[in-house]
Amino acid sequence: MTAPATQFKAAAKTLAADLRHRSLIQTALGKYEVKRDEMKARFQDWEGARQVAADIKFEAINHLDRYLEQFVARIEARGTKVHWASTAEQARQIIVGICRDRQARRIVKSKAMTAEEIHLNQALEQAGFKVVESDLGEFIVQLRDEAPYHIVFPAMHLTRGEIKDLFDRKLGDAPSDNPEVLTMVASRVLRQEYVAADVGITGANFAVAETGMISVTENEGNARLTAALPKTMITLVGIEKIVPTLADLALFLPMLATAGAGQLLSGYNTLYGGPRQPGEADGPEAFHVVLLDNQRTALLADAEQRDALHCIRCGACLNVCPIFRNVGGQTYGTTYPGPIGSVITPHLRGLQEWKHLPFASSLCGACSEVCPVKIDLHHHLLQHRRTARAAKPVWWEKLAFRGFALLVNTPWLWRLSLAVGRVGQRFHGLVKGTKLDPAYVWTQSREAPALAGQSFKAWWRERGRGTTDHGGTGPRDRRPGTRDQGPRVTSHESSRNDPGVATKGGTAHE
Amino acid sequence: MSERNAILARIREALRVSATRPGAHAAPPTSRAAAAPVSRDRPAGSSAGGFARWLPRVGAGFDELAAAFAAASKELRTDFHVLEHDAGADTLLGALRDAQGWQRVASHRDPLTTRVAESLGLPVLWTEDGYDPLELERCDVGITACDLLVAQTGSVLVTSASAGGRALSVLPPHHVVLARREQLVPDLPEGLRRLQAKYGEQYPSMISFITGPSRTGDIERILVLGAHGPKHLTVLVW
Repeated sequence: MTAPATQFKAAAKTLAADLRHRSLIQTALGKYEVKRDEMKARFQDWEGARQVAADIKFEAINHLDRYLEQFVARIEARGTKVHWASTAEQARQIIVGICRDRQARRIVKSKAMTAEEIHLNQALEQAGFKVVESDLGEFIVQLRDEAPYHIVFPAMHLTRGEIKDLFDRKLGDAPSDNPEVLTMVASRVLRQEYVAADVGITGANFAVAETGMISVTENEGNARLTAALPKTMITLVGIEKIVPTLADLALFLPMLATAGAGQLLSGYNTLYGGPRQPGEADGPEAFHVVLLDNQRTALLADAEQRDALHCIRCGACLNVCPIFRNVGGQTYGTTYPGPIGSVITPHLRGLQEWKHLPFASSLCGACSEVCPVKIDLHHHLLQHRRTARAAKPVWWEKLAFRGFALLVNTPWLWRLSLAVGRVGQRFHGLVKGTKLDPAYVWTQSREAPALAGQSFKAWWRERGRGTTDHGGTGPRDRRPGTRDQGPRVTSHESSRNDPGVATKGGTAHE
Repeated sequence: MSERNAILARIREALRVSATRPGAHAAPPTSRAAAAPVSRDRPAGSSAGGFARWLPRVGAGFDELAAAFAAASKELRTDFHVLEHDAGADTLLGALRDAQGWQRVASHRDPLTTRVAESLGLPVLWTEDGYDPLELERCDVGITACDLLVAQTGSVLVTSASAGGRALSVLPPHHVVLARREQLVPDLPEGLRRLQAKYGEQYPSMISFITGPSRTGDIERILVLGAHGPKHLTVLVW
């Protein structure tokens, strides 16, 4: 097992049994679900909107070169400097370089998952800058020196009591555990930072090609202040954030807010098209946009999974994922947790090392169903599994599936195993849940279902004998030639060579 | 420049293989939909204004739109008033000044704001020609004009040109927006259309849809107003 897989398993085991964690997450997500459904219902046609949004992102991603060039030409025409970074290292160097050129000392940052992705804060701190996260949730996890729990709600895993203790320890100021009081403590600290900072760093939710603007969505106003007061503004944006036209935002902004936070529109949706223009009262003298590739073009080259670049980072798939809800966001050990993270992390960091993520899924499809841009998430997870196994087969798994195929294709063997099972389960109680139990993997934390005393086939035959006169429902109606021919299983995942039928059928698509 | 070319080259190389359209995955791979080359045209249904039919319904005419804005404001905890004329703004803001103990006012010179800000009888920091951020930080209220009000979402659209810069509408703890009746538009598509018509290619450097007072739910998903931006948002229309 790879190191990330070992870490994932250990953390998952602890958190899945942590009842405090579970109740915290269920309460938070319960509130979210109520509001999300309420807002979705206000749309005249949410499903129609999803399809249109998916079509727009499809258009943008499949003509990414053209739209990126348009975006860059427009935003540079207004005095913005655009930088291109192929790797995380390049992006860090560019941003550290800008901060040095501007002789900055203090940096204020609003929430940006791309900055988490390239570990920007560590790089800036190592270069001697003081960096303060201004989003309240990010500020809290920064004080705790840990990664955000969730891409939209970074401090979702903490109680007010823990946050009070943290503020007491780190800020020496925590009069009570009332969320309002705690928010005001953070706000007092941060207001000084906006005024004192030399550089403000933001992320972006969208980049509008038509008008050359970046769009930042937030609720607190911290990004607005980060982009207003410091003399230099830097925006780090993934190349996939492009939308073709300004009008597209009329759809994406409310969809992002609805899917992401159960709001019709987030508190502040702000477009930035350049530094302070002549005649304007304030704003940064210099505006730098850093376009980040960092393996996004590798994902783009995978035509099957290209739609993962449609992602608008709303976090809806995390919120509904039974795995995320049980193991928690930090367990993943990735920048992007949950279903979308399990799809893109293998592309960003290597499939073999991160293949445990696509396996940590029930493939229930809840993620694909809620995705506002219709990313085929659960099928991508399945495809990752297949690709990982094809590249690196596991001998015992192959053997086990060959055995299983033999078992279900050989009627006498099947009947024998059922008979053995029925006898065996009488003695199961003696070892159930102990390490001697052959089904220990299952029974250590779950109840084992009992085998029925009689097989369905035997029951059907018996029933048929008594009710043949009713006609139409008995076994006599069976078409000739179908006897004993169940679906034949020849290998595990028989769908491998027929993706169109077996893996893409039965999806949530209309 | 070389990274730019390298990234664009990787993108073009990647796009040589076309992807299946969203929602078309269930179709057999040989179908026309999947095999057809990717269209260079804009997708159908996404032309400007076409989005209104997916988004929440809004009425027509000032009264219905004002009612929708009022309903949204109630949810967002925006303080929204429709007034007969601008003298009503003086009275209303005078009462707020006394209730909240305002000492200093910040505003920008605009046909709507200048007279109203001066009517409060407090020192006014005017931002349009530049200002000291520390001084703005000490002001109790920022009074601004706006570009538009969006009834569908209860949003105020401000820009760095229409609202005295970037910080005036977000740094003081109370933001007061003054607007005329004709600035109230039904929905987001119409709001963006008007914005494009107003500025053409000469957009201000910041354009912001403000929807309610500043808020956070980062501590146990409990709503707290006034996280960094204004705790109070007052919108007056006449």
